[in-house]
Amino acid sequence: MIQAVSHVHPPTATGIENKKLMMWLFLASDCMFFGTLITTHLIYRKLFPSGAVEEGVVNVTNTFNIELTSFSTFILLMSSFLMALAVSALHKMELKSFRRNLFGVIIFGLIFLGCQVFEFIEFVHGNPITGAPSLTLSNSVFGSTFFVLTGTHGVHVAIGVLWLLGLWLYSFTGRMTHESALDVEVAGLYWHFVDIVWIIIFTAVYLIEYI
Amino acid sequence: MSSACISPVADKSEVPPTRSGLGLIRPDASRGLIDWLTTVDHKKIGILYGACALFFFLVGGVEALLIRLQLMVPNNTFVSAQTYNQLFTMHGTTMIFLGVMPLSAAFFNYIMPLQIGARDVAFPRLNAFSFWTFLAGAVLLNLSWLFQAAETLGWFMPGDGKTDIVPAVGWFAYSPLTSLQYSGCGTDFWILGIQVLGVASLAASFNFIVTIINMRAPGLTMMRLPLFTWMTLITAVLIIFAFPAITIALAQLMFDRFFDTNFFHVEKGGQPILWQHLFWIFGHPEVYILILPGMGIISEVISVFSRKPLYGYPMVVFSGAVIGFMGFTVWSHHMFTTGLGKIATAAFALLTMGIAVPTGVKIFNWIGTLWGGRIRFSVPMVFALGFIWMFMMGGFSGIMHSAAPADAQQQDSYFVVAHFHYVLVGGLLLSLLAGLYFWIPKVFGRMMSQKLGYWVAGLVIAGFNLAFFPMHYLGLTGMPRRTHTYWSGFGWETWNMLSTIGALILGFGIVLCFYDIIRTIRKGTPCGSDPWDARTLEWSLPTPIPAYNFAQTPIVQSRDSWWHHKHTEDFDHMILYEGAEPIHMPSQSWFPLIGALGLFIFGLSMCLHQAGIPFTGYGAIAGLVIVAFAIICWALEGPGGYYLEPKVPFDKTLMRAKNTTVACHPDL
Repeated sequence: MIQAVSHVHPPTATGIENKKLMMWLFLASDCMFFGTLITTHLIYRKLFPSGAVEEGVVNVTNTFNIELTSFSTFILLMSSFLMALAVSALHKMELKSFRRNLFGVIIFGLIFLGCQVFEFIEFVHGNPITGAPSLTLSNSVFGSTFFVLTGTHGVHVAIGVLWLLGLWLYSFTGRMTHESALDVEVAGLYWHFVDIVWIIIFTAVYLIEYI
Repeated sequence: MSSACISPVADKSEVPPTRSGLGLIRPDASRGLIDWLTTVDHKKIGILYGACALFFFLVGGVEALLIRLQLMVPNNTFVSAQTYNQLFTMHGTTMIFLGVMPLSAAFFNYIMPLQIGARDVAFPRLNAFSFWTFLAGAVLLNLSWLFQAAETLGWFMPGDGKTDIVPAVGWFAYSPLTSLQYSGCGTDFWILGIQVLGVASLAASFNFIVTIINMRAPGLTMMRLPLFTWMTLITAVLIIFAFPAITIALAQLMFDRFFDTNFFHVEKGGQPILWQHLFWIFGHPEVYILILPGMGIISEVISVFSRKPLYGYPMVVFSGAVIGFMGFTVWSHHMFTTGLGKIATAAFALLTMGIAVPTGVKIFNWIGTLWGGRIRFSVPMVFALGFIWMFMMGGFSGIMHSAAPADAQQQDSYFVVAHFHYVLVGGLLLSLLAGLYFWIPKVFGRMMSQKLGYWVAGLVIAGFNLAFFPMHYLGLTGMPRRTHTYWSGFGWETWNMLSTIGALILGFGIVLCFYDIIRTIRKGTPCGSDPWDARTLEWSLPTPIPAYNFAQTPIVQSRDSWWHHKHTEDFDHMILYEGAEPIHMPSQSWFPLIGALGLFIFGLSMCLHQAGIPFTGYGAIAGLVIVAFAIICWALEGPGGYYLEPKVPFDKTLMRAKNTTVACHPDL
């Protein structure tokens, strides 16, 4: 016996849905999380121009694979575009278009994560051709701040991918209603935020090294 | 939109078994233990928070008394130096994170939704998750005592051979003392415990902010909100912006200890000063996170017992907001002696002096409220007046610290200990006691003994002053804080002896208070629903408060609306009521508890992993898997819900009986 009791949304005092306001607050708080990590990275970057206490342990520009990172940045930005299309499709209850766009977001997210994993492995191993020494969590201050900062962002993307995957699978159960558009919109807010944070990280951690 | 197949019932025990989105039967109709474990009712969660907070107050109090007994006489060997370090670390951590914050959360949970005329908080299951996660963190931290006992008995030995299993690094855990080199798995208990508690605080704060902004009754504009609700809002905003700093700092420290990163490893370029900055960027707003709810309580109590509206309401609200904002701009005054440079030191000193201004505004407004009021010296009022006086004294020594040159002399001395105990015990504890005496009659429908209450107030205030005023002298004559023992002949003997006697009197007063709370809950004199003739919406409800809170949604037309409703003939200020309809209630759930349990397993496994216990790495992974499992099930089961038929207390067309006799308690 399954009885459908839909949740009643009482009108809110501001007119903003509770879930959406909640996500905005979380994102405000998340700014401080990333702010703390980025600040840590930049402070140590200024203190140790070579990336470590001794010279020669780290060679940042040789380690970085800026072409690959630029590519994955572009992919992540485009995933935001698809996310916006997916939200818009669900508002119109066009389930097919919603699924297609959301699937695109998931694939793009996975490509980004794949690039990051590849990048991390490459960094840890070092590259004899470019002369990049191995960069690990523990061999230098730069390694610590870089991996923890970008890793935290990667975890955010991974959680986002799992969340969107859940919504994508859920859309096949037939339980997706007009009310679910709000849930997807909230997930979209999160996804866009993670994307914006990456733009800041890409600038403050990667591009700044080439000035 | 809604298709209510279930007809409204009078009580939740009559709810027919319904299946969640997962196909499981929801525990809605359950009673007893299962009801408490799965509850999503903000009132029950508030009581759970309160009970746990009072328990941990006792734990922290016992730790404080052990510290004072050790310092009672010179060259004392009552506890070892290591145990002493553990005691002051756990005393500070327990009182702040497990005593004060959850007791404030208890008031937030129970009182705030009632003050804004809401049915519950915005996210009831998340609220339950906040509580269980708080409990998980609290138990995790204090389990370290059990492991320490097991180590003493020889049943448990950490792999690294370090025997400090209880955190012993001070509540601000300065680097490099927290490195693997200098501390054992106690530091991991501290890191993981605080991290889990942070999750609880953040989740609760998001919930409270959404509730206050979005769930206000019609007509209850922001500038009509009761002061306590305003301070809840500001506190929650402080939490969501301050806790990320400590979360990241703890994560960095955890990575240093588990994965050999270099954030605070000096030999690899790590900077211990970074820890201090990150900690105090959290730590100073935390001070206001602790005190602002107390200021909210005091604003309510003084207004009620002066029978006057709060003097200068907008200024008090605005001052609270300014204190909250400026709380983020003064953190480095904890670090004057680290050598910040002249400009930074001057700026932080000036800002710190500046923050005294909004605080002073509040104090003058409370005094202005008292002025010309018909003051009743009931027990909550006695605590509130004690708060004003003691908090001001703590504030004065605070201004002394803000002068950087003077602070250089006072840093790390007992003068600092005296200062923050005046603010946190003389100020905060008294305000929380005022809140307990004020609202317990509303929560349990029974009046606490006024006679015992005066005794408690006398013992607590006298004992407190005897315990902490001598510390000013101790500090200025050079006694360092966190010292395990001291030699005789420095002139510290008398003051330390007096301080210990005072602490024992204070402790006796608190025990008396807790005894009276338990006695009141079991067999106190029943009181009406509004024994203090109070002013805000929560007192308009019958006691015991129905599960759905308000049978009819109130429409608020003024500040202090319940007061106007009772005492004026002016229809423009009274409360109006919407028609009574069946009220939608959210279903109860197991998953908040399971999610918190996952976090607990994760935390404990990490600590034991550091202690070298085999297979605990898998335990940590299992913990995270349980968290993920709980989140997925939580999402899939859906909020559910059933309908309650409200009992409308009186004919809504009458609005109010003429010549309402306000039932005051005979004692008062």
